[in-house]
Amino acid sequence: MDLSSLAIFSPVPTSSNSIAYNRKFSCSSEKYAGLELNEDKRLKIDKPLDANSLIGAEPHYRTVKNLLLWNVSFIDVVLISSPMGMLGLPFLTRNKDFSAKVYATEATARIGQLMMEDLVSMHKEYRQFYGAEESDAPQWMKWDELELLPLELRQIVFGADGTEFGGWMPLYSAADVKACMLKVECLKYAEEACYGGTLIIQAFSSGLEIGSCNWGISGPKASISYISSSVFSSAAAMSFNYQALQRSDVILYSDFSSCNGLDKFDNDDNCSGAAGNNYSNLSSDDVNSEGHDTLLNDEEYLEEMEKLNFICSCSVDCIKAGGSVLIPIARIGITLQLLERFAVNLASENMRVPIFLISSVAEELIAFTNIIPEWLCEQWQDRLYSGQPLFSHVEMLKDGRLYLFPAIHSLKLLKTWQEPCIVFCPHWSLRLGPVVHLLLRWSADQNSLLVMEEGLDANLALLPFKPMAMKVLQCSFVSGIQMQKSHHLLKILQPRHVLFPEILRQHIGPLETVFSFNYYSENKMVHIPYMKDSELDITVELACQLQYTTLKQQDMNISRLKGELMIEHGRYRLHLGNDEQVSSHPRPLVHFGRIDLNNLLTALQKLDMNATLEEVTGAAGSHKASRIHVSEPSKAMIEVIEAQTVISAADENIASVISQAISGVLDCI
Amino acid sequence: MVIECLVLGAGQEVGKSCVVVTINGKRIMFDCGMHMGYLDHRRYPDFSLISKSHDFTRSLSCIIITHFHLDHIGALPYFTQVCGYNGPIYMTYPTKALAPLMLEDYRKVMVDRRGEEEQFSSEHIVECMKKVTAVDLKQTIQVDEDLQIRAYYAGHVLGAAMFYAKVGDAAIVYTGDYNMTPDRHLGAAQIDRLQLDLVITESTYATTYRDSKYVREREFLKAVHKCVASGGKVLIPTFALGRAQELCMLLDDYWERMNLKVPIYFSAGLTIQANMYYKVLINWTSQKVKDTYATRNAFDFKNVLSFDRSLINAPGACVLFATPGMISGGFSLEVFKQWAPCEKNLVTLPGYCVAGTVGHKLMSAKIPTQIRLDEDVQINIHQLSFSPHTDAKGIMDLVKFLSPKHVILVHGEKPKMVTLKEKIQSELGIQCYLPANSESLCIPTTHHIKAGASDAFVRSCLSPNFKFLKTNSAELDDSHKRTMPLLQVYDDRVSEGILTLQKNQSPKVVNQNEFMEALGVEKHEVKLAHCFRVYIPDSESGDASDCLPSTSRKGSLLHLISEKLCRELPDFDVQDCQEHIQIQSVVVSFCSNEKCPHRTGVSLQSVDKKEVHFCCSWSVADDALAWRIVASIKNLELDT
Repeated sequence: MDLSSLAIFSPVPTSSNSIAYNRKFSCSSEKYAGLELNEDKRLKIDKPLDANSLIGAEPHYRTVKNLLLWNVSFIDVVLISSPMGMLGLPFLTRNKDFSAKVYATEATARIGQLMMEDLVSMHKEYRQFYGAEESDAPQWMKWDELELLPLELRQIVFGADGTEFGGWMPLYSAADVKACMLKVECLKYAEEACYGGTLIIQAFSSGLEIGSCNWGISGPKASISYISSSVFSSAAAMSFNYQALQRSDVILYSDFSSCNGLDKFDNDDNCSGAAGNNYSNLSSDDVNSEGHDTLLNDEEYLEEMEKLNFICSCSVDCIKAGGSVLIPIARIGITLQLLERFAVNLASENMRVPIFLISSVAEELIAFTNIIPEWLCEQWQDRLYSGQPLFSHVEMLKDGRLYLFPAIHSLKLLKTWQEPCIVFCPHWSLRLGPVVHLLLRWSADQNSLLVMEEGLDANLALLPFKPMAMKVLQCSFVSGIQMQKSHHLLKILQPRHVLFPEILRQHIGPLETVFSFNYYSENKMVHIPYMKDSELDITVELACQLQYTTLKQQDMNISRLKGELMIEHGRYRLHLGNDEQVSSHPRPLVHFGRIDLNNLLTALQKLDMNATLEEVTGAAGSHKASRIHVSEPSKAMIEVIEAQTVISAADENIASVISQAISGVLDCI
Repeated sequence: MVIECLVLGAGQEVGKSCVVVTINGKRIMFDCGMHMGYLDHRRYPDFSLISKSHDFTRSLSCIIITHFHLDHIGALPYFTQVCGYNGPIYMTYPTKALAPLMLEDYRKVMVDRRGEEEQFSSEHIVECMKKVTAVDLKQTIQVDEDLQIRAYYAGHVLGAAMFYAKVGDAAIVYTGDYNMTPDRHLGAAQIDRLQLDLVITESTYATTYRDSKYVREREFLKAVHKCVASGGKVLIPTFALGRAQELCMLLDDYWERMNLKVPIYFSAGLTIQANMYYKVLINWTSQKVKDTYATRNAFDFKNVLSFDRSLINAPGACVLFATPGMISGGFSLEVFKQWAPCEKNLVTLPGYCVAGTVGHKLMSAKIPTQIRLDEDVQINIHQLSFSPHTDAKGIMDLVKFLSPKHVILVHGEKPKMVTLKEKIQSELGIQCYLPANSESLCIPTTHHIKAGASDAFVRSCLSPNFKFLKTNSAELDDSHKRTMPLLQVYDDRVSEGILTLQKNQSPKVVNQNEFMEALGVEKHEVKLAHCFRVYIPDSESGDASDCLPSTSRKGSLLHLISEKLCRELPDFDVQDCQEHIQIQSVVVSFCSNEKCPHRTGVSLQSVDKKEVHFCCSWSVADDALAWRIVASIKNLELDT
């Protein structure tokens, strides 16, 4: 689900800004009275974007636009890679034809569920204000209304290519979420799930977020790895386990994080350090160990820590000046990291400032984080081994440094509320949830601070809150593989073929690689030019009974193979069938090749047969058939016509001897 | 191919579990335990049997530890830090978290209390644990290119796991200690149905069958409640991990239900610390406990307080958990001495106490006053009989479920193991062994031949192969008529192909057409044919004058033959096609060609009206059938 599309909606008005709304409503009523209507419309289009141009309605969400065109019953398996990647799932699972298996890691499923539930509960506020929606198509979605929208918003509504309008959906219900979760099969990292006996599906940590993963899918025919946005040395989640994806046949590269970046994916190893380093002098092990070093250097991790520290020190400065800090929750991992930092920094500054975490799922989320050491980064796991609590928020909750509240209007919150303070709350789009109210409260305070993740259109996001006196800190955290590293990564993974997204084409450029690659784009079927035999296990019991014959022409042994094919845990296995009676001398079933008549005659003579050759010619003198007449020990005749031989004999034994002789001069199986 | 199994400990005994298994060249050590009954060299497994050169890192692929009990992990720091093993070690997250507590506690008892020379130091434990890779349940770990291991839930204690190991086509399961019934805080052992060559299972209770746990739980609660109600003090000597949490959950829950206000104390910091681990690792407990974590973590005991020495003689009822479990010394003995003289008080005893401990003395003397201690003993005794081990039924259930080709029993007492072995062999028909310590055992393994299979072959195997069998209702008696449908449909998919072996190439399986195409050869059909004369006695008197049998007569004769063949060859589908009869590739027809090339042998050109020629042809595969048919038709003259 594309949550950035939330930006076109106006947040729920509160008492402090309702005047502005009243103004808007009153002037629009004036507008529609009279002949000025058309003129006014044009006027509005030319009007610059301001808070009033945002859509005042319960938000809709942009989903995969062609989801509706799909026959969902054709989908066999859905793999969910991260909690964020799950938000659109109820749209799919509520379809009555949906019958696919959905796989997600336990942590992804739980966090994803909490995020969806939070989203649904935040919508309640909208519904209280606007009332329940009467129809599927709200007022703003009507054409004449859409035409009134400023260009910037229209672009979001219709998409860059103008085809996205069909993808707008009202949010699912709490019941949809519940039903959706029942269809999700939860996995541990590296747990083998077997789909239909043929596919082994495994999730491997990707490092982006707690529970997020990449996928390894293997079957008897080939193996595919799906690489989503991955982080090598994650500050919160278990790090990117790329070793597990080694040597797959195809890699589906789906890390889009570097689309905005300027770095190029090429053969210039400008990050490998020593300039004169020639790979050809090194063994492949050396290349790999160097590659691992490049991937795992802790530069990224340290940079990340520096950013977190910077946010903390900015926050401390604000609080010292009497302002408050507002941090919309984006990634859970980063929220947890910030809580840890604040615990340390505030204590070292000897400051007692309350931290509030306000969300309908705050309590469940924090409780959940305390019981998932298996999904966390090494630094946090080490705390478990050394007997410390995983997070300092356990202590902070106990001694009143941290408070969890389900909503901003809860009575308890009003009682404990105190400013300056630090607040973590949803939603990062700045359109939903407690963040809206707090922004309205603090936007005029020049000492307060808003921490936003980069990537959001800040201008549009902050539009309803302008003019802003409040400080805004925008920061970006590592959210994928840097292009330069991705080259090293693929070198280590040694795939046979890589599929890159089309939008990365410009970043990739000409490549000299051992693997082949091509590009994929939306709504286009890609065929991978790659064929391989399936792997087959033949049980020893069956293999023992095989009788090989050596072909006359080729240097090849062949044997007829008969059994029962089973598909067990992603492998084809050929068993000895139950009712197979294996005779000691199975008769050859198929002959091939041509009969050399002289050889056959010799063979028959060796068997003490008296045989003579007769050529039969057709009417036009053309060769029709060859006949060998056997007179001793009893009468028989062999007729050879091109690819057919017929043995005529009255005696079973002689017929059998002759057919064996023929098998001797032909190849047979 | 064989699996070699070298038992270094827990062979026909309980203690120092350690089995080294070699599967297709990979050597895995399962558990590295210590024997608590010995103080000399016998306390450790005899590691020299693994490698004479003592190069353990090279001779082992990895070590797997099933759970944190000392008889399964006690020798690990010694093996890694003193013997120098430096390779990979795997255990579950809870085991990795809790094992250092156990090891450190043991080291302290050995060195500080008994004044023994230390076998390993605190640093050794820390360094040893750094080498450990923690694993999650069901996570499939590729130790190296060939060796794959996976942990399954075993119950028993927090983090206990059974381990699956696979190299190539050979696979085994080593159970460690396990429990097949859930208890207060842990679930029952859980494992997938796997294809296994060998299962190595514990057999502590090889001949015991236990009833429901709830009766024993109720008895325990009743005894405690009775004691505190009359103002007595309850001493529960217990080990810090596992049993303490289980009993505490039981009491905490009971206190809640009965609205009791009597304080429950935990004596040592160790147990409080252990509770912290249980809280974080709640995902490893039973489903019931797990489900409640969001509202209240079940290990956040509501009624439990920290104990202070000054409270020992404080007035009023209380319940106290104190270590060690067997009252062999330490705090539990100290408190016991204080509380023993009062008959209002109660002490519970664990199911098993080592000889020489106070616990053992109390257990063997049923009446408290008979106990010879320095103090006057009036205290009541309640014997606990909870065990985290599976009983014999559980072992049988697990072995039956897994159905391995072989079973090895370890971790039990020999006479009981012999009984269980016989039961497994007779009831389940599975080979079972009970090697003694230092014994080595070889077990044959599964092996598959790997081949490439072409798409066409796989497709042909997967396409349905329907066979329709008509049931001849006339032949069935009435009772069968109703139950048997007239038409039965079979889908016997037979996979047929050709295996080709070429030098320097892996074997490949293709289907027949592909094979021909690849070789560039044509099929050569080899058929057999036989034209023979049959004398037909004149059954229809009037038509005898006809020179040749008329078409209609031919038809009826052919029909006659087909019916006869039907009777004689009930397994074959006899097709009567007017002009000829076909059974598989065998075609039988009248032959009016005087010069039929297939008429070999004695061929008199007689034109007897009652003579007919039948021409049969067939392909080599149906040779035997064809001659049977020929004989049958030739017999026609005798029949009629």
